[in-house]
Amino acid sequence: MILRLALGSLTARALTVGMTILAIALSVSLFLGVEKVRTGARASFADTISGTDLIVGARSGSVQLLLYSVFRIGNATNNVSWQSYKDIAARPEVDWSVPISLGDSHKQFRVMGTTPEFFERYQYRGDRSLSYETGAGLNDLYDTVIGADVATTLGYKVGDPIVIAHGLASFTEHDDQPFRVAGILGKTGTPIDRTVIVGLRAIEAIHVDWQSGAKTRNTTPVEAIREMDLNPTAITAALVGTKSRLQIFALQRWINEYPEEPLLAVMPAVALQELWQIVGVAETALLAVSGMVVITALLGMMAMIFASLNERRREMAIWRAMGASPATILGLLVLEAMLMAAIGAALGVALLYGALAIARPYIDASFGIWLPIDPPTMQEAIVLAGVILAAAVSSLLPALRAYRLSLADGMVVRI
Amino acid sequence: MTEAPALALTDVRFSWQSKGGFELRCPAFTIAKGETVLLLGESGSGKSTLLSLICGIVAAHQGHITVNGTDLGSLSAGKRDRFRADQIGVIFQQFNLLPYATVADNIALPLRFAPERRKRAGDVARVIADLCGALGLPDGAPQMTAGALSVGQQQRIAVARALIGHPPLIVADEPTSALDAATQEGFLSLLFNQVRSAGSSLLMVSHDARLSQKFDRVIHLTDITATQRSAT
Repeated sequence: MILRLALGSLTARALTVGMTILAIALSVSLFLGVEKVRTGARASFADTISGTDLIVGARSGSVQLLLYSVFRIGNATNNVSWQSYKDIAARPEVDWSVPISLGDSHKQFRVMGTTPEFFERYQYRGDRSLSYETGAGLNDLYDTVIGADVATTLGYKVGDPIVIAHGLASFTEHDDQPFRVAGILGKTGTPIDRTVIVGLRAIEAIHVDWQSGAKTRNTTPVEAIREMDLNPTAITAALVGTKSRLQIFALQRWINEYPEEPLLAVMPAVALQELWQIVGVAETALLAVSGMVVITALLGMMAMIFASLNERRREMAIWRAMGASPATILGLLVLEAMLMAAIGAALGVALLYGALAIARPYIDASFGIWLPIDPPTMQEAIVLAGVILAAAVSSLLPALRAYRLSLADGMVVRI
Repeated sequence: MTEAPALALTDVRFSWQSKGGFELRCPAFTIAKGETVLLLGESGSGKSTLLSLICGIVAAHQGHITVNGTDLGSLSAGKRDRFRADQIGVIFQQFNLLPYATVADNIALPLRFAPERRKRAGDVARVIADLCGALGLPDGAPQMTAGALSVGQQQRIAVARALIGHPPLIVADEPTSALDAATQEGFLSLLFNQVRSAGSSLLMVSHDARLSQKFDRVIHLTDITATQRSAT
């Protein structure tokens, strides 16, 4: 009966109560939404590369190596010599290895030189492999395969010519050796979408007439280049798969202790973990801000209860006259606050799922972050329970005031 | 042995701490069982203070207030609240009801705090329907929302609420002042009929001496109490 009366009292003040509940609902959905995006982004990030056991590059930091080799962020400090790469590839533990050569660009996108094996070995989001939206792989020396974002941003179709620029954000173009779009990859939600992939030999080909980062005067004709031995002298990094996961550590140590050249081998998962430790600070800040929003909504509710106390003194006097103790009145107000918070939290969850259902395809397409629509996790349930509990606590202040007022007023309210 | 009076005050003294040091004394005042008493007094004469004392919402600093044989001073604040719910039916001047609740919930409200009174009431739903019928409320009234009814109907619902479970003492604070003259007359007859058939005592406070002839006894508040405001 008390619960029914509390609900009745809330519906009687539908407008102010509704606004308060809406504020709580929005703050709850924001908080849970941030949490969802956070875990979704983390999962998507972690899904960028899979199936690769080790990433090998010149010695630097493991996060740096991960960033430039997989995420195309930043630059390599040094190269890996072709000889070292061949030594690694020849190790008995190695099942497969794919060399990567970075450093050139096309418009705002990076160019990556690699071998055709890359398309078989690179996996993302568990065990998904790259697939062609249109066209096919690298057959000719001057073929290129572009990621989905490259194709949509620049409006390229299969067969279109591409001129690669030397270096990043450079005005020097390799316009003497134009490429042709041979294939366009499907959307992956990984940095591959923003990459122009060419053959490793093509990277050598366009640099034939270059020395120390500058073009020499002579221009070797394309026909002559095609005849040349285009084995690279150095690569940027390599993806390595081992025959057995047990051999990863042995191979990693061997590479890290390679005497001829300072090299670094990292396990992608470990490097990702390190990366998250750095990003974690920003995440915590974001979460703290959305937590503040929840607190603000609860403070709003507290103010609303305070404001309603005066007009409800009459009601409190009735409760008192009917035998309710001041403690009952305190309990009534706390109960009302918890009801508001519970309805707000439920509404917030509904809002979140609604927004997720609508925005999910868009977020996946724009940011490559796939947000799962799962039933609330245990952690989210704890958050919701926490909101209701916090509402109860924050309502204690106005409720205590009501307690004192109902003691002081007696049976008759003089207003 | 004589039956315990419905209400007895002896040497009562009380002062509000927060309201200008208003002090009230009542040397002696008794209402016998089944008696109906009209207490005449102007507003500001200590009416509300006296009612709060009788209902046990505030405790006397000195003296004894006995309701149906129980000294309120011997009870803790929480026990007094339960005692009030059990033994006293209260009718206010107006705004008696929780406007958002149904009539039935309003009438049953004191039972929520008094298990004994609930037992006395018996089948609550039927008793509410009977009371509503006896008080001339429309059919289906119990399911209506209290705030939607007229002031006269609301006052009659307050009577039903005060009478449910037959509390020994009914306290009414100017219950007719919000009603027009014609409605007042009907309301009072209904109230008296119900109070008599329940065997309760009635203490009504009013400033309107025209109501006098119905009551067993009429007393002026100034005859039984002395009030005083301290200079602070």
